[in-house]
Amino acid sequence: MTTATRKDFASDQEVRWCPGCGDYAILANVQGVMPDLGTPRERIVFVSGIGCAARFPYYMNTFGFHSIHGRAPAIATGISATRSDLKVFVVTGDGDALSIGGNHLIHAMRRNANLTIIMFNNQIYGLTKGQYSPTSELGKVTKSTPFGSLDHPFNPVSLALGAEATFVARSLDNERAHLAEMVELAARHQGTSFIEVYQNCNIFNDGAFDAIRGNQANQIRLEHGQPIRFGADHEKGVALGRTGQLRIVDVARAGSEASAGQPGEDGREVVAEEDLLVHDAYRDDPGLAFMLSRLAHTPHGPTPVGLFRQVSRPVYGEQMQAQLDDAVARQGPGDLGALLAGRDTWTVE
Amino acid sequence: MDTKSVQRVDTVTIRFAGDSGDGMQLTGNRFTSVTARVGNDLATLPDFPAEIRAPAGSLPGVSGFQLHFADHDILTPGDAPDVLVAMNPAALKTNVADLATDGTLIVNSDAFTKGNLKKAAYDANPLDDGSLDRLRLVQVPITTLTVGALEDHDVSSKDKQRAKNMFALGLMSWMYSRPTQPTEEWLRDKFARQSEIADANIAAFRAGWAFGETTELFAFSYEVHAAALPPGRYRQITGNQALSYGLIAAAQRAGLPLFLGSYPITPASDILHELARHKHFGVRTFQAEDEIAGVGAALGAAFAGNLAVTTTSGPGVALKGETIGLAVSVELPLLIVNIQRGGPSTGLPTKTEQSDLLQAMFGRNGEAPLPIVAAAAPGDCFDAALEAARLAIKYRTPVMLLSDGYLANGAEPWRLPQVDQLPDLAADVGFQTEPNHGDAFWPFQRDPDTLARPWAVPGTAGLEHRIGGLEKADGSGNISYDPDNHHHMTELRAAKIAGIAADIPPLELDLGWDGPQARRGAGSELGGRAEGTGPSGNGGMGHPDDPGQPRLLVLGWGSSYGPIRAAVRRARQRGARVARAHLRHLNPFPANTGEVLAGFDRVLVPEMNTGQLRLLLRAEYLVDARGYNQVRGQPFTSQELTEVIMAELAELAELAELGEEVPA
Repeated sequence: MTTATRKDFASDQEVRWCPGCGDYAILANVQGVMPDLGTPRERIVFVSGIGCAARFPYYMNTFGFHSIHGRAPAIATGISATRSDLKVFVVTGDGDALSIGGNHLIHAMRRNANLTIIMFNNQIYGLTKGQYSPTSELGKVTKSTPFGSLDHPFNPVSLALGAEATFVARSLDNERAHLAEMVELAARHQGTSFIEVYQNCNIFNDGAFDAIRGNQANQIRLEHGQPIRFGADHEKGVALGRTGQLRIVDVARAGSEASAGQPGEDGREVVAEEDLLVHDAYRDDPGLAFMLSRLAHTPHGPTPVGLFRQVSRPVYGEQMQAQLDDAVARQGPGDLGALLAGRDTWTVE
Repeated sequence: MDTKSVQRVDTVTIRFAGDSGDGMQLTGNRFTSVTARVGNDLATLPDFPAEIRAPAGSLPGVSGFQLHFADHDILTPGDAPDVLVAMNPAALKTNVADLATDGTLIVNSDAFTKGNLKKAAYDANPLDDGSLDRLRLVQVPITTLTVGALEDHDVSSKDKQRAKNMFALGLMSWMYSRPTQPTEEWLRDKFARQSEIADANIAAFRAGWAFGETTELFAFSYEVHAAALPPGRYRQITGNQALSYGLIAAAQRAGLPLFLGSYPITPASDILHELARHKHFGVRTFQAEDEIAGVGAALGAAFAGNLAVTTTSGPGVALKGETIGLAVSVELPLLIVNIQRGGPSTGLPTKTEQSDLLQAMFGRNGEAPLPIVAAAAPGDCFDAALEAARLAIKYRTPVMLLSDGYLANGAEPWRLPQVDQLPDLAADVGFQTEPNHGDAFWPFQRDPDTLARPWAVPGTAGLEHRIGGLEKADGSGNISYDPDNHHHMTELRAAKIAGIAADIPPLELDLGWDGPQARRGAGSELGGRAEGTGPSGNGGMGHPDDPGQPRLLVLGWGSSYGPIRAAVRRARQRGARVARAHLRHLNPFPANTGEVLAGFDRVLVPEMNTGQLRLLLRAEYLVDARGYNQVRGQPFTSQELTEVIMAELAELAELAELGEEVPA
């Protein structure tokens, strides 16, 4: 068998997103990751709900189900719970996943259904032409909120962690290598993996992520086992204060004005490198990951991206199968005649 | 020792009524079980409040269980009880009006305290004030006698009082000559880990029996001989049990794994409970986060190649509507089981109604037709489930299967089917394995006969394809906004469902041969297993010129099957000429329905709604159907339907005398 390439995963359908949409980059990226997974395309299923992102399955030359608004995690759960041989992806948006489908999203994650959920967050409703979404910033002026939105936004990573997700990551549409790495990690994870992808909607919410999308210095790249550092020159970092709060600090450097204990640039505290927080993505306790997710409630300044947390927990479909196998081992395969008769019959001659 | 004489009776209806904490459902079920064992035909009607434990002794907290048993085949749980066992004043108040005029009323006189009388809003004690004079009132201090009988038992006084339902059961078992052994064995088994409790309950049960035997309150006991049911092996079964087994049987006969996505709702939850127990049949049950996820997961499972089911009641169907529409659009097999209850909104959760027919027909956006199958009797829920599964698989469509609270909880003897004679559904599954359009796979290229599309499950190499709720181009299944294509696809979807009329039995007319086999045996009227020996209707139209041809047709659907048959039988016993038919398929209707209806001067459609089937018949066939419509949360009594039939016949006769236009 010849090795599959990205092209093998592109369907013959014309892609119909707006020119310049961040979705194109994500599609190319996901198609590019597929050959590396080693799963034949007939065993891959893409499920989506409604929204711009939800057109995604039509462009993948795999099995696909473009369903209804918000319900993709439920439909995908039915697929993955009954077919552990399949690799099931859910492609969704911030409105689809967090608003109309919020209930299904959190329950899929707590069950740890074997799903890779890629949520395109553009902080706006695109397909319905520009209403505010559950991730839009407070005060957002849109057609439906001419005087500014009153709704406090969700932080999707915090939400996923709170919903007991076993894999939570964040990336950006235009960070090709980083996004590919996150998608591949997520796809290889056993259980529910959730990736929030900051995605630019150049029509209705252009530049929403400019603070970090165009400025890598503001991307706090989380890498397991590494001190958390960021900035153009890695001059900044994250440290844990004595009262348990995370804060952004300057990193002390030899020969620099900034040395530990002194106030540094912008009055920020200066901390020695060895006192920076070391990221532990595999810690069972979600507390650290949650605190990291709160470093930036909205992506307008330094914002963590990368793998927040990955832990191992039994997978829903496998547990379901195990119960079936146990029952057969205990009772033997079902005997329909015996079932219908039950324990109490009588005979009429 | 004086042995009391035993009188033979042919039919008895008894009702146990008490506080919802008094164990009346259990008592009724036990009595039912031994009654089935002795070979009587029977039908039951549990009637309980929606509240799990309403305040003790209060009117809303009354729980009842009615059982009709006979030495001949019967069709309903009985109209008026011959015997009412009332465990407290509230039970008396809510039930006494139903008791037959010469009925026997057995009350637990201990419970008629000032406090309980007040809770039941009695100003005076009805046991003393003469208000019950029309009845044979038997006052039994059941609590005192039970506690007395358990004096030497090492159980709490609460447990002693609680055993009073077993005393009542013992007394009724004596009165109707029921065997005691099965109940004692059952108690042993139930309380296997608490032998003192088992002993106490058995002692209370025996004390009740002995009380009947010795007291002078009862002059004699009764016996009801076994009914002459068609030969075979029988069991007792409720509608929800039969429906669950039907689903398992359908999956086995189709060679598919069964997947149930469901959210708990009265009165459907028992199907979820039942199916969850049978994992060794490869049954997966998924208790979803809500109704929408229940059907969503089921639809996903259908896509993945399962026999997929969601079970619910009307409020749940409302929530599932959008997903059912998606299933119509993507054309995947899916069973939606609606155990109907009183509506609208939360309505009457524990009471029965058949008011979701129009919801089943039309409860979706757009043109979204689907087949509707309705069960007629508790045991028939089995066959109805198989039939619904057959249509879903063969036509790649969601199917609505309607049952209701009366069928769900009601029980009757059920003749066991031969497993190897159940319909073979495997041939209809036919998963697609090859491309069907040159080298390509077209997911919407239809079978020319059934108009069903291929079912190509993930994992099949070369058949990768995308489906969704957007309109699809005929054949290729690609997204299409083309106006002509949309019109064409809408017509195709409608034609596929309409075409099912050629694949279901014709509407069968019962002109007077009302044989006992019709219900459980032949079942051909219900499109079920054809195995009967006796006549069940004459199998077709009478001749229109035949002066004996009835001019009135009583047409029903769903759970009114039993009461309508019983009423027609009564009317005929009074000399009336009346025809009867039952619709098991509500969409599409059997192909000959219009022709059948046209053969009568009048069509009467009794329904536990305000006229939903009547509306459909009028729209479809321009027939001036009359309705008899009641929504009281209770099944029709055969008595009331008999009166309606007689009144219709009288009116027809009057018209015939007056008008020259009325055909003979």
